Amino acid sequence: MNLSTTLMTILSTTLVYAAPLIFTSLGGTFSERSGIVNVGLEGMMVVGAFSSSIFTLSFANALGDAAPWVSFLVGGAFGCLFSVLHAVATVSFRADHIISGTVLNMLAPALCVFLTRIFYDGKGQTPEISQGLGTVTVPGLSKIPFIGKVFFTQTSMVAWAAIVVAIVCWYVLYRTGFGLRLRSVGENPAAADTLGINVYRYRYLGVLISGFLGGLGGAVMAQSITLSFSISTISGQGFMALAAMIFGKWNPLGAMGAAVFFGLAQSLPIIGAYIPGLSGINSVWFQVAPYLITIIVLVLFLGKSVGPAADGENYIKSK
Amino acid sequence: MTETVVEMRHITKKFGEFKANDDISLSLHQGEILALLGENGAGKSTLMGMLSGLLETTSGEILINGREVKMKNPRDAKHYGIGMVHQHFMLIPAFTVLENIILGDEPIKGGVRIDYAGAEKKIQELSDRYQLDIDVHAKVRDITVGMQQRVEIMKALYREANIFIFDEPTAALTPQEIEQLMKIFRALADEGKSIIFITHKLKEIKEAADRCVVIRSGRVIDTVQIEGVSEERLAEMMVGRKLRNTVEKKVVDQKQVVLDVQQLNVEKNSRLMVKNLSLQVHTGEIVGVAGVDGNGQSELIDAITGMQKIKSGSVEIMGKHYENKPVRSITEAGVGYIPEDRQTVGLILPLSLAENLSLKNYYQKPANKSGVLNYQYINEHGRKLIKDFDIRSQSEQISVGSLSGGNQQKVVVAREIASDPNLLIAANPTRGVDVGAIEYIHEMINQERNSGKAILLVSFELDEILKLSDRIVVMHEGEIVGEIDPKETSSQELGLMMAGKKVQTKTQEAAN
Repeated sequence: MNLSTTLMTILSTTLVYAAPLIFTSLGGTFSERSGIVNVGLEGMMVVGAFSSSIFTLSFANALGDAAPWVSFLVGGAFGCLFSVLHAVATVSFRADHIISGTVLNMLAPALCVFLTRIFYDGKGQTPEISQGLGTVTVPGLSKIPFIGKVFFTQTSMVAWAAIVVAIVCWYVLYRTGFGLRLRSVGENPAAADTLGINVYRYRYLGVLISGFLGGLGGAVMAQSITLSFSISTISGQGFMALAAMIFGKWNPLGAMGAAVFFGLAQSLPIIGAYIPGLSGINSVWFQVAPYLITIIVLVLFLGKSVGPAADGENYIKSK
Repeated sequence: MTETVVEMRHITKKFGEFKANDDISLSLHQGEILALLGENGAGKSTLMGMLSGLLETTSGEILINGREVKMKNPRDAKHYGIGMVHQHFMLIPAFTVLENIILGDEPIKGGVRIDYAGAEKKIQELSDRYQLDIDVHAKVRDITVGMQQRVEIMKALYREANIFIFDEPTAALTPQEIEQLMKIFRALADEGKSIIFITHKLKEIKEAADRCVVIRSGRVIDTVQIEGVSEERLAEMMVGRKLRNTVEKKVVDQKQVVLDVQQLNVEKNSRLMVKNLSLQVHTGEIVGVAGVDGNGQSELIDAITGMQKIKSGSVEIMGKHYENKPVRSITEAGVGYIPEDRQTVGLILPLSLAENLSLKNYYQKPANKSGVLNYQYINEHGRKLIKDFDIRSQSEQISVGSLSGGNQQKVVVAREIASDPNLLIAANPTRGVDVGAIEYIHEMINQERNSGKAILLVSFELDEILKLSDRIVVMHEGEIVGEIDPKETSSQELGLMMAGKKVQTKTQEAAN
């Protein structure tokens, strides 16, 4: 295998694994920038993965080629719906954010596997999805020498979409009035309140956007990696996305970069064999690597990076 | 008479059954600076909260420019040209000054994008006009308190406010910054803006205000023209009785040494904060430690009370050594401690008054019966101290956190004095406390002295040190740079010593 093919394989596999993490970590960024800690990303991913799988299995024939993309958005919509629980609990009822997020993480897999058993005659796993968000070769661009091979051959469209979304998220958070206000309620809700900003509304929006993006992340996971839904479809990716968000200092572009790095870590079991010098290592190490790297990154960076000042603090408005 | 811009008529505000404001009326004219004077908890901030839309009135009317208005939120207040500068600045440290100013009223270009350049231009113009020296690109966390306040003023100007409300604007400012603020007040008034400022500092009122509304216990006591009224008269109206400026010192035996500190060295974060310090406090004596904040006073106290490790040197209390001993053994040696920070060190805010008052004796009989707390005794003890120390609270069962600053401090003072200490250490015992409570706390400390206790007083307030101390030592960079007799010194001389100027003291002269 020559260099461009090796790089193509590494890049395309990395992107495939990074895409769910990018979407979800962007979701986490919105929630935490608004001041709501979101450890429930895992649960939101589970709901996104489940709903998009069911949708695509049910409507693939009717929708044809558009089915994967429509069901991708359906995953986001259900993730958004599911996140309402977190928003109501934390913003309206001032519950502890960690507890509420944990509830989401316990509720989602139980509920989704239960529903899967109902829909598919007691089986805990859906049938395989025939049309996923697979890889594509971009016509035209792939003809560029070397670069075309590495970046645009058999590449994950949805991952490139995720990167574009990350840039859009950055623009929204740092260049628009909406973004400034959303960040202000996560930094000092009392100050935002005195300026007439509705703290509760912006926090709701933060969590709902987070649920939508988390749902998208879960949908991508089901439709481009596992190609079905079961209890093991989402196995820690929500927490990796959370780690990516922290590693990326609560900044959409930073989170995206960190998510790509974790994507690389996750793709190691597959591409490890292609990388010269690593092929001799026992594959168990590659399988453990993503989780190990997540822990190491968290230990090294959690203490140092400074998040939004009022992240995790409930705001009580006096009347 | 100039135009009336604000009129508040018969305003009443209830929190549950408690009337924070009771039938208050006031008016504000164009270009006027009106002071709102009252003790902590008198209801000043509540009243202004209603004028700025943060709180809703229970009953009464607010008229702006002669028309009745209903204010439901800060947006409404802004709409009527009211800008509020809060006591605890409402700024976001992680944002730039520019972002803080425009937040909530961002100028938008091309549909979604914030027009930062346009906003900056507008702010620069306002900044030049009112001589508000601010750096729009700095992060708020990096700028001085004085500049933060100017940013708050700019926030109101940017929103085209004509009526400015300042809640305790000078609480955190240095004397120079206060002077600058007073100039800004004048500049604003000259431009036809109207100002209400809340305060309990009389000097500032005399200096800046045109008129003054005095509020006590939620009611208006009087509205006076500043010209022709004395500070004493204002203080009397605020507190409701005459205040005394001196304490009565009895002649007591001052022979016995209670606290004996020798060659003390204390390190914090590997910096030597107390250097070779020696100090004695005798029975019936108040020793005042003067000095600018951060010159080792906190570390000295922490070392004596056992909160901080001692590097070298000795600390003797009543003739026994107490270096690096557990805090409990030190308190049991008869050390009472009124800490500088009552909210995080002195009290446990969510606990009740009675529980806080028993923090030093909860493990002993009769508060504790074989490991079980005796609440009957604890509550009784609480009620007694509340009465003895004039703590204003409806019950001993409510949480300390809901009391005003002055009453919280009285709780600490009550607990420490009730433990009948041999040595009482008081660190800034009247910080952030209103004048009525200050007088009371001073009386209590002096009474302890008169009954023969040894008292070590650390304070940044020179007036307090001069009023109470029998002896004053001045600390600078961890050392005692001089000792003086309060009867033979002035604030000026003290100020020079605090800045580090060594002064020949009598004891040193005698040694030479």
